[in-house]
Amino acid sequence: MIINVARKELKSLFASPMGWIILSILMFGFGTLYLQGVNSYFEVMSGAVRPAERVGVTIYVGSQIYSTALFLLSVTTPMLTMRLISEERKSQTMPFLLSAPISLSEIVIGKFLGLVIFLSILVIYIFVMLSTLNIWADIDFGYLIGNSFGFILLIASFTALGIFFSSLTNQPIIAAITTFIALVSMVGLGSYFASDPSHWFNYISMTKHYQSFTRGVFDSADIIYYLLFIVTFLTLTVRRLDSDRLRG
Amino acid sequence: MSITTFENTIEASNLTKSFGNNIAVNDVSFQLKKGEVLGFLGPNGAGKSTTMRMLTGNLAPTDGDVRICGINIITEPKKAKALIGYLPEMRPLYKELTVNEYLTIAARFHKVPSPKIKKALEEAKERCGLSHMSKRLIENLSNGYQQRVGIAQAIIHNPEIVILDEPTVGLDPIQIREIRKLIRDIGQQHSVIISTHILPEVEMVCDRVQIIDNGQLVFHGSIEDLRAQRRGNKLLVGFSKAPALSKLKKIKGVDKVENAENGMFRFHFKEKYLPAEEIVNLSVKEGWGLYHINMDITSLEETFVNLTQTS
Repeated sequence: MIINVARKELKSLFASPMGWIILSILMFGFGTLYLQGVNSYFEVMSGAVRPAERVGVTIYVGSQIYSTALFLLSVTTPMLTMRLISEERKSQTMPFLLSAPISLSEIVIGKFLGLVIFLSILVIYIFVMLSTLNIWADIDFGYLIGNSFGFILLIASFTALGIFFSSLTNQPIIAAITTFIALVSMVGLGSYFASDPSHWFNYISMTKHYQSFTRGVFDSADIIYYLLFIVTFLTLTVRRLDSDRLRG
Repeated sequence: MSITTFENTIEASNLTKSFGNNIAVNDVSFQLKKGEVLGFLGPNGAGKSTTMRMLTGNLAPTDGDVRICGINIITEPKKAKALIGYLPEMRPLYKELTVNEYLTIAARFHKVPSPKIKKALEEAKERCGLSHMSKRLIENLSNGYQQRVGIAQAIIHNPEIVILDEPTVGLDPIQIREIRKLIRDIGQQHSVIISTHILPEVEMVCDRVQIIDNGQLVFHGSIEDLRAQRRGNKLLVGFSKAPALSKLKKIKGVDKVENAENGMFRFHFKEKYLPAEEIVNLSVKEGWGLYHINMDITSLEETFVNLTQTS
């Protein structure tokens, strides 16, 4: 049943121009960054940078793309998550799901998975694009796999947060804006506390927990952090929908 | 536990729903029998839709419970929901999809096994007259066809019970006739509940009627019961040379006589008496000049108003 809900979400995403537009704009952006990165690599690495500080092409190009993707996704995810519940409420299609023999948690998890699968297309795209560097260089696949894995966890957390805000309101725009504010503060605030690594905020900051993946380290603490984050917001969403059913 | 062992497909007992201090549905109990079309009648805001939302598990009742073929919808929602097809007042259509895509999703959600989806789709489209619209975007369909898609969605899994909330609202007369015919067809195989505030519609499609007002059940019974309620024990009689009221009152079986419109008289008679013959005979004998005698039928609207205002 969860799979059926996810399939339905994917179908709707691809049936509207929204999904295609977001995918194509992001892909265009990443492609441009990739080209620029490859072009400027030799210039930057040959002269200006001291030999000891030179990095491989994977990290040089990859870090540019992944850091931009992090920012771009915190802008685009809200536009996609607002559809999940808010828009269904607004267009009065919620009863279609609620009167089918599907539980609330199946609905929420299905919707969540649908969007995560959709956004994972971008992660795979970036992975494949960076892998093409392997044609003329010997690239670091560990770095790519670590980043892709971390990125999927990050996307899933964004989506979980977004679906929760989406469940709070009937107005898709409000859902999008609140999600955007929440995501930007989760991602951006980390930099204000960067000078003090032991500050409590660093324990809850999303970007902080992402950093180990960029070095190719799979730290269980970071993975658990993301999983807890996702489970918390999905549970809150189910609770929220259940209270709708109870209170009307 | 087989479904067929239950005579009542829906058993609602003491359903109550309050939103804060406002009681929307108050202690409503009723049954739906197998293969019956039940009309849910009531003015706007009477609690029809709220009741339907509770029957379909979209809304949890404050008190009371609903059993679908013996299965409690609150404790076993999945099992119970599988037996219901529901079309809410606002059609829950994904307009960016085509008719086929949408109905396939509906079939999957209602656990129609994958190999049978295609057949279920064809059947539902056939019954709702949608076969030639399969590849059209729902957005581009007319209002009436969108309504058919809504109904197709509710019957695709061949449910025991079909619940349609105001299925004919906003349609043109031809579409209304077609939808009514469709509802009667569906009623042959399923138990159906439809809600409406169009009175003649109830007489045309329903076997049984339930009138709800201010959240309370004010009438329930068969269509015949409703007709009896309309007919009442009244005769409308006109004389060109009318006698005194007191004389008319003495006729056997007559309970009460009152002046009615156009100088006619309204005779209220006792149960089981029909004094028509007596009146005619007397009129001939006394030369009252009888020119009109007929059963006084209150209009459906009037009955409805009477019923909903006495509560």
